[in-house]
Amino acid sequence: MTSSPYISQQTSVSIIMLKVVLALIPAIIAYVWYFGPAILVSLTLATVTALVLETTALKLRGLPVKPYLMDGSALVTAWLLALSIPSIAPWWLIVVGLFFAIIVAKHLYGGLGNNLFNPAMVGYAILIISFPVPMTHWAAPTVLAGQQLGLTDAIQYIFNGTLSTTLDAISTATPLDTLRTQLHLNRSVAEITHMPIFGTFGGQGSEIVALFILLGGIYMWLARIITWHIPVAFLAGLGIISGIFYMLDATHYASPWFHLATGGAMLGAFFIATDPVTGATTPRGKLIFGAGIGILTYLIRIIGAYPDGVAFAVLLMNIAVPLIDSYTQPAVYGHKDKQS
Amino acid sequence: MSRTLYQFHGGVHPEEHKQVSTQLPIAIAPIPAQLIVPTRQHIGHPAKPCVSIGEYVQKGQIIAQADGYISAAIHAPSSGTVTHIGMHPMPHPSGLVDNAIVIATDGKDEWCERQPIDYRNLNASALRNRLRDMGIAGLGGAVFPSFIKLNPGVPQKVQTLLLNGGECEPWITCDDMTMRERATGIMAGVEIMRFMLRAETVIVGIEDNKPEAIIAMQQAAAQCQFPVEIAVIPTLYPSGGAKQMIKVITGKEVPSGGRSTDVGVATFNVGTAYAIHRAINHGEPLISRIVTVAGNVQQARNFDVLIGTPMNALVQLGQGHPAKVSGYVMGGPMMGIDLQRIDVPVVKATNCILVKSQTLFPPAPLAMPCIRCTRCADACPADLQPQELYWFARAKNFDKAQKYNLFDCIECGCCSYVCPSHIPLVQYYRYAKSEIAANLAEHKAADHARERHETRLARIEREKKERAEKLAQKAAAKPAAATSSDDPATAAKKAAIQAAIERAKANQATTQPPTEPS
Repeated sequence: MTSSPYISQQTSVSIIMLKVVLALIPAIIAYVWYFGPAILVSLTLATVTALVLETTALKLRGLPVKPYLMDGSALVTAWLLALSIPSIAPWWLIVVGLFFAIIVAKHLYGGLGNNLFNPAMVGYAILIISFPVPMTHWAAPTVLAGQQLGLTDAIQYIFNGTLSTTLDAISTATPLDTLRTQLHLNRSVAEITHMPIFGTFGGQGSEIVALFILLGGIYMWLARIITWHIPVAFLAGLGIISGIFYMLDATHYASPWFHLATGGAMLGAFFIATDPVTGATTPRGKLIFGAGIGILTYLIRIIGAYPDGVAFAVLLMNIAVPLIDSYTQPAVYGHKDKQS
Repeated sequence: MSRTLYQFHGGVHPEEHKQVSTQLPIAIAPIPAQLIVPTRQHIGHPAKPCVSIGEYVQKGQIIAQADGYISAAIHAPSSGTVTHIGMHPMPHPSGLVDNAIVIATDGKDEWCERQPIDYRNLNASALRNRLRDMGIAGLGGAVFPSFIKLNPGVPQKVQTLLLNGGECEPWITCDDMTMRERATGIMAGVEIMRFMLRAETVIVGIEDNKPEAIIAMQQAAAQCQFPVEIAVIPTLYPSGGAKQMIKVITGKEVPSGGRSTDVGVATFNVGTAYAIHRAINHGEPLISRIVTVAGNVQQARNFDVLIGTPMNALVQLGQGHPAKVSGYVMGGPMMGIDLQRIDVPVVKATNCILVKSQTLFPPAPLAMPCIRCTRCADACPADLQPQELYWFARAKNFDKAQKYNLFDCIECGCCSYVCPSHIPLVQYYRYAKSEIAANLAEHKAADHARERHETRLARIEREKKERAEKLAQKAAAKPAAATSSDDPATAAKKAAIQAAIERAKANQATTQPPTEPS
């Protein structure tokens, strides 16, 4: 027997996840344009790996594979992790990262909906802690390298490690990394950001990718995949705290624009922190959660040991979610007078 | 006069499907061969049958009397002979049986004597009794005896009489059609209700997807001797819920666990107003109502149906089914109840019979895990966090569910409707609510047993003490008797009598029931 309601909206988790993936495509095109087609190789590798891992985990857990695989969550995790690590990283890096993301962070915690930590960020954190060296070799912008890895070269390099030129010719540190090391050499922010890998706001090329991620995020907001709370709070948190430091001492602290346009800021704000499973659920809670990630990201960037702080900031705020949610319950109909 | 409208949180826009049943005017459904009239058609005590098997009853004759305060009378919907008084399957999600009076109709439809009265000649209390004896209960679905709500309170609590013409559930159009065709009658009912409540303002709330009804009601309102405001509100499910409509129109929220009168509003369904008009101005008790027959039928339409008409007879008036029937729902697709069988009677709460087919109402896809996307929270008109309640209900963490205000859930179905994981959320809340209620009843029973046990222990203790005292007295009396010149037999008798009196007194004290909050 059934119970009301007998109708439901034409929607599903698969459709939501598919739209998330769709929202990433413009940024990926920009990525290819500025950094070469290696990202396509790593995305494909990530997709296949994630689906194999997901299928294995579902089978081991005795769950029906097709409906659960179709939820698309593994695909989203795969793409987010692939976009978070260097596109020219060796093949095993993404495989190890996805193993921790999908098997450990998700399925061992009870599967989709039960995981406390953002799977992609768990994978990223494991990789940056365990394999810091390959995690710092990013594909250099084509305009700077004067050449780019073609598709076959990229496949060769990712799977075999063989390269027709030197690694230095095609790879570079990220702008955030460069800023950190150069600041240690007592150079001023203004001097550093005149280096060729920096663009107008952030990194050469990567700032355009960030812009497209922002546009994808706005699409998700318009398509009601996400609410505005977490991205706005994240970007405001990051922007305000970096703005304060920038105003106090512009020679040692980069501008808020730089912080918003580099690293994982945009991807984190719109695609990672907005993961519903591991994020806060109440409107006020989402604001606290987002702002917390923004602020922690900045603090880790300027005083932590790692160039970017998004992953650790997200994981730290994931821990706080139950507390945030329980303290930010909105007033229920008919209880509002009592609360005020 | 445009009113500032407010918004309630959330809400959804399901496909309306209202056009199909508003193409034709209301039709009078034929008298069925057999009428099954349940004695429990309202909230509160079931009515007490006052006819016997074999008795001939006239249309409109009382066949069961209101029993207790929260109750209402039941009447014969048509003339005929009572053939059975006893259990019959009811329109209930579990197909429960309940007491019913079955009448074999004679087709003459012979009225008993009807007594129209001028409401102005009666005081409010007499009017209320009249409505109770006329069997008037809220026709919006809750079927609460209307006379109880038509009390202004001391001191006057009600300022606003709000007529609910929201009818936000998809498919259902019985209120829409009633307003289109019977607006004057509704206003005549409003006049009586306004008088009874001494209400200062009268507002009719209608969703803006019913333009014909709005025009009809505006025209009828213009004819009234008193001001009636027709408030056109945006179409958004569940704005027809009393709490939501009050919020939209007044901006106020009915306090949790309270009634709409707490914010000075008395809310009634438009159909109830019409029934009150028929009861007072025509002397006709509530023996029929408008029912929408829609869904998987050839000809969807509204019918004026006698209470007690078997639903299968009514469904046949839909002239067949274009697709295979996959079930029946009483009410709408958002809150209606799934019927186990279709030989159950139309009752005062029946606003719609929805015939299901696989295409119109496809079975819900496999429920997937909750991803905490909070679409349910965005849709919840009670501002709840359905994803948390679901979690607590699943974990049988009922204390936490109550702390998160489970009992403020109105079971409107918005959360389940929007859930991308197709989780039957409302079912979880119903389960949690019933478990909590069962726990409470169990606790009460346990408390009662404990109290009885403690009283028993106290009594045993007291009796023991008394016996000891008696023995001591006897022992004391013996030497006294030996020394006294009195007859020892008389003294012993006296002591025995004294002891018996004390025993009786003690017994009296213990047999008194423990004081219990009732």
